[in-house]
Amino acid sequence: MNPLLRRLRADLFATPADGALSLGLIALITAAAVGLVQWATQRAQWAVIQANSTLFAVGRYPADQQWRLWLLTALLTAATGVTWGLLRCHPRADRDGTLWPRNDLVVLALLAAVAFWLPWVLQLTPALQSRWWLLAALLAATRWLAGRFGSQLSRPVLRLFPLVWPLIYLTGMVLISGGLGLMPVSPSQWGGLLLTLLTSSFAILLCFPLGVLLALGRRSDLPLLRWISVIYIEFIRGAPLITLLFLGQNILGFLLPGGLAPDRIWRAAWVLTFFAAAYLAEAVRSGLASVPNGQIEAARSLGLSYPQTLVRVVLPQALRVALPAMVGQFISLLQDTTLLSLIGLLELLGVARTVMANPAFLGHSAEVYLTLALVFWSCCAALGLGSRALEKRLDPQTLSRSSSQP
Amino acid sequence: MPDPQASLDPLDRPPWWRDRRVVPWLVQGVVALLLLVLIAFLLGNLVHNLTTRDMLLSWRWLGQTAGFDISETLVPFNAEMPYWRGLVAGLANTLRAVITGLVGATLLGTLAGMASYSRNGLLRGLTRTYVETIRNIPLLLQLIFWYFVVFLSLPNGSAALQIPGVVLAKSGLYLAGLGQGMHWSLPQLVNGVWQAPLRLSVEFAALMSGLIIYSGAFIAEVVRGGIASVPKGQWEAATSLGMGWFATLRHVVLPQALRVIVPGLNTQYISLAKNSSLAVAVGFTDLYSVAETTLNQTGRALEVYLLLLGAYLAMDLVISLLMNGLNRFVQIRER
Repeated sequence: MNPLLRRLRADLFATPADGALSLGLIALITAAAVGLVQWATQRAQWAVIQANSTLFAVGRYPADQQWRLWLLTALLTAATGVTWGLLRCHPRADRDGTLWPRNDLVVLALLAAVAFWLPWVLQLTPALQSRWWLLAALLAATRWLAGRFGSQLSRPVLRLFPLVWPLIYLTGMVLISGGLGLMPVSPSQWGGLLLTLLTSSFAILLCFPLGVLLALGRRSDLPLLRWISVIYIEFIRGAPLITLLFLGQNILGFLLPGGLAPDRIWRAAWVLTFFAAAYLAEAVRSGLASVPNGQIEAARSLGLSYPQTLVRVVLPQALRVALPAMVGQFISLLQDTTLLSLIGLLELLGVARTVMANPAFLGHSAEVYLTLALVFWSCCAALGLGSRALEKRLDPQTLSRSSSQP
Repeated sequence: MPDPQASLDPLDRPPWWRDRRVVPWLVQGVVALLLLVLIAFLLGNLVHNLTTRDMLLSWRWLGQTAGFDISETLVPFNAEMPYWRGLVAGLANTLRAVITGLVGATLLGTLAGMASYSRNGLLRGLTRTYVETIRNIPLLLQLIFWYFVVFLSLPNGSAALQIPGVVLAKSGLYLAGLGQGMHWSLPQLVNGVWQAPLRLSVEFAALMSGLIIYSGAFIAEVVRGGIASVPKGQWEAATSLGMGWFATLRHVVLPQALRVIVPGLNTQYISLAKNSSLAVAVGFTDLYSVAETTLNQTGRALEVYLLLLGAYLAMDLVISLLMNGLNRFVQIRER
């Protein structure tokens, strides 16, 4: 018998009851899929997304300043392409050493398809469509250049390259908010996907060091540090995020001298950061607990100081173990940014709710919310996939195999 | 031969900033000082800012007339009652949502967790899809979807969705139950309006759908992890004794999986309790939503905040205590 058929039979029709269940499920899934496709192609009116695509992307960011966001996107695309290419230019044990492995081609094809299909389906103006094509071309070109000529770069250049990312982040902040000769754009004009990505990336970047410090504090021998960390972590984890956002909006102003309290958006971003740090600390703590005491004793007996032991021996091992849990926290942090819409900020969900308040789009909430769900799902799934790839890469077995290669 | 006294020479000791007896105290002293300065700074500002607004801590406003109404309550409440009654009504609504949610999510999560170990490949795939889809979409978005897209677009009157004993209409979810005079009665359409012994508002129904389906996905993962922790030999032994799939799971695997499941459930239950505060997005008046209205009317930010925080911390504590008790009960007692 055909192995596929045999597998199907074992999986779906092992017993009469199983067979009946399978048939029922097949009927149900088919009906649901047909219904969804019919709705999406015939009854749904996607004009609400097309008409508001700029609003969803950047909120009320002034139109004459949007070139700054395009420039930032181009910078990010180029940096992504170069990083991607550099990762592929040195043959290592976990790769076959070809410039274009099959997975990379699939990813590139997917990105190109999205860059062509999305602007077309959103019926963007030809000028905007061509910008998307240029971005896709830029990605492919930088990826190729870095992959082809990356191995000729000297080691110091390669070692310093990761610094490009924080530099781009800082440049991006200036590009978005203005200053240094650019027209300032106040945070109240930021919105949509821009605000979602900005607040979540800000919180992810800052909650990481904070969370590591809290986790170390919680495992410290010094009672005062331990108790401060425990009280902070348990207090934050006991309160719903919305009450903390509420604290940031309504009470922070009382706690700081007049005028010192930051803008509403930055207040919310800081609250998200402090909130996520408590959860991240718990993830890191589980990683720290997994490092055997012998490692610390060995490091100390080699004459490493306490900070050296921590940075060179304990944290690398602990963070690798804690990686899946940490990425899980980052994913929920990205999802938690939707709560900003409840305190009146116009991030992705906030924009959607204002669009739905417009009577012209009455009755088309399903299209909007399903699109949003798809956007969030893709972002979170991408983070999850990235985490799994990184985990595989940092796996001690892979690492030892690659270092034993000449 | 070196003189043993020589090592006591103060010049041989490490300097005081590297002395192991001094450094810990030094570090803690500096941290304590910084913390005290920070707290004094924040509290000083708070007192200063509140006194200039004449809003120092006071609880008298709790007795003032609320002036707002709550559409569905377990404890009687109307606009003429004081604020504290409103907050109690809000707390009762939160508890109602949390308890219903806990029961529903546990049922759904356990079923889905068991289904992920089914022999049927299609069922396994479906469970996997459910978990991966739901966990990657923000809960708030799901709640808004349930409320605005699903429940608010339901038809009313005779066009409502009807299953024997259950009617789902835009005006609410109607369930059969014991009605007047302890008679079993079904939902009935009276002059175009559904009447039934038990009516749930669409707001509550939307909140429950969202919370149960979202938490169910997380609980399914906890249950799956618990089942995975039971050695395969247990399955094989039970099967070789002639037990079926369900009987094996029910009598052999799940009882052993419980000791891994219960601590995981604790975390999920607490996050469900906290997530219930998102009810404000679907128009269900829970504790948070009453607190928000109260704050907007009275301006008493600090007091309202302390009450809100105290209530949620107490709820988390109760759940943790109950689950820790359950945990002690399910752990295997080793000699």
